[in-house]
Amino acid sequence: MAGHSHFSPANVEEHFEFSSEGKKRIIYAFIAGLAALLLGIYLLSKGESGGHEVANAGHEAVKAGHEAAAEHVSGGAVSHQASAEEHYDWTNRIWANVWLNAVFFTGIAVVGMFFVSLQYLTKSGWSSVMKRVPEAFPKFLYITLPILIAVFIFKGDVIFHWMHHGVTEVGSENYDKIIAGKSGYLNKSFFLIRLVVFGGLWILLWKMLRKKSLEEDLNGGTEYFNQLVKIGTAFIVIFGASSSIFAWDWVMSIDTHWFSTMFGWYMFASWHVTTYAVIVLTILYLKDKGLMSYVNENHLHDLGKFMFAFSIFWTYVWFEQFLLIYYANLPEETIYFIERWEGHNKIYKTSEILMVLLNFFFPFLVLMTRDAKRTRLFLKIAAFMIIVGHYIDFYQMIMPGVVGKHGGYGLVEFGMVTVFASAFIYIISDELTKASLVAKNHPFLPEALHHDI
Amino acid sequence: MSSTTNYILGVYDDEDEVLHAVTAVKAKGIKVEDVYSPFPIHGLDVAVGHARTRLPIAAFMFGTLGLICALSLISYTMVFDWPINIGGKDFFALPNWIPVTFEGTVLFTAFGLVTTFCISNDLWPGNKAVPLDIRTTDDKFVMAINVDKNKVSAADIKKALKDSGAVEVNVK
Repeated sequence: MAGHSHFSPANVEEHFEFSSEGKKRIIYAFIAGLAALLLGIYLLSKGESGGHEVANAGHEAVKAGHEAAAEHVSGGAVSHQASAEEHYDWTNRIWANVWLNAVFFTGIAVVGMFFVSLQYLTKSGWSSVMKRVPEAFPKFLYITLPILIAVFIFKGDVIFHWMHHGVTEVGSENYDKIIAGKSGYLNKSFFLIRLVVFGGLWILLWKMLRKKSLEEDLNGGTEYFNQLVKIGTAFIVIFGASSSIFAWDWVMSIDTHWFSTMFGWYMFASWHVTTYAVIVLTILYLKDKGLMSYVNENHLHDLGKFMFAFSIFWTYVWFEQFLLIYYANLPEETIYFIERWEGHNKIYKTSEILMVLLNFFFPFLVLMTRDAKRTRLFLKIAAFMIIVGHYIDFYQMIMPGVVGKHGGYGLVEFGMVTVFASAFIYIISDELTKASLVAKNHPFLPEALHHDI
Repeated sequence: MSSTTNYILGVYDDEDEVLHAVTAVKAKGIKVEDVYSPFPIHGLDVAVGHARTRLPIAAFMFGTLGLICALSLISYTMVFDWPINIGGKDFFALPNWIPVTFEGTVLFTAFGLVTTFCISNDLWPGNKAVPLDIRTTDDKFVMAINVDKNKVSAADIKKALKDSGAVEVNVK
């Protein structure tokens, strides 16, 4: 259409420069996060956690009666709480935070690959202008997957109830019949096999996709596109299974007695919408630097729609999981929500409410109008809040089962997320410099440049 | 359209031509009333300068109305008029009501929007369409210019239409 930029893809390459000043800034953020983390660890070892727990201590006596009532209702879960208490050590909270961040950022990294694959599978045109951004994300899997493997091998019994000593041995004082019944799936070697095989496949397919995508830049021709469609399709099939499996493995099995058939979807929905928010923030950052001028408000509008739609999708899945459990009212299922609502001296209740506000009501109302989805400031605010909200969502999934009443928001939490986030930004910025920001020989690029909605 | 209105119609053969013609004619300071086409043309509404539809605002209002109606009905029946003990839950069991409330919101939005759309476009049942040129339902594209709303003389309008590639210029 007339009036659009006369950007000609054939002779333009755009490169993001990761300046030394930018590098310095991220390294400073990393160091600040590390310092906060170390200070937090020091305070933890002294038995404090940055004030949060202290404030709650006074209420403890009042809440004790409540919790006793909740546990009375929940039957089978009492043994879980008790055994978690026996194993508690102040370092557990550090490992819980490592696990939380590794899972959260693995999601952002792998959904970048999922997004690109999905665009190839559906042969979508509009996204070809910005596909280099999500295409860079899976690089961070090189950091998070080894962390997951290492934490699992060395500190798995901190995170997972089913790895506690003797839970599957008949006659042991820790013997737990329910967990023993699940040990055909939940055992150390099978868990590791799943993690290594699927994680390896993710990285392998990403490397293949990235290689073809960069070769397409050099040579052009539609045969690359057809090959990329095949790689994308293969990844979607693998990811369809592995995202659910990892949701059970990495997060649901923390509360080993509890189960939900919606959990795979629920965790995927959370990962998915977070990644859209990260994509939007990355593109807007690049646009503020004067790059990616060919990504116009129509593309941003589409990304805004994705954030809006998948926020509602997350709400649907989260609420549906809650509603079924609330309605059926089975003690072994309701324990999950009772634990988060009134268990552990109610320290998780505020986060639970905040999470629903940030993940549903905020994006729903802020991103509802067309103008908001086309305005950079609104997109930035909404994307940032979605990331915060879904971080809290993962916090709520992982923390109550691992640290219970020893949880809270202290320097350890803020330090750890700063460390991971700055590492993520550093690695992704570095990966973005390695290719032209526009996939100049993508066959659908002309269509995307004329995208108009 | 009342018969007293004074229209000049430019008839075009091609959707691309009419799209460019709109821009060309408007560049001469002529106000274009509307363009009639057998099918939607991308970017035409922007070129003609129509204001964006306000249907989304209506959608939000109908949705809110549906939400309020659904919640009012359920809470009246389940809490005030005829409370029933279901599994020992509170009478005001909000989570249970969400699916029905959602359906009520969607239902009100859908019916409200279809009705609003039909009314605002004069599309009620039995209403007869009065096309300015019957061929716009087949293969012709017509640009309509209201002479009374323009300061440009009729002769100049006709000339502008011809220049922009109209195959016919009619007066109606």
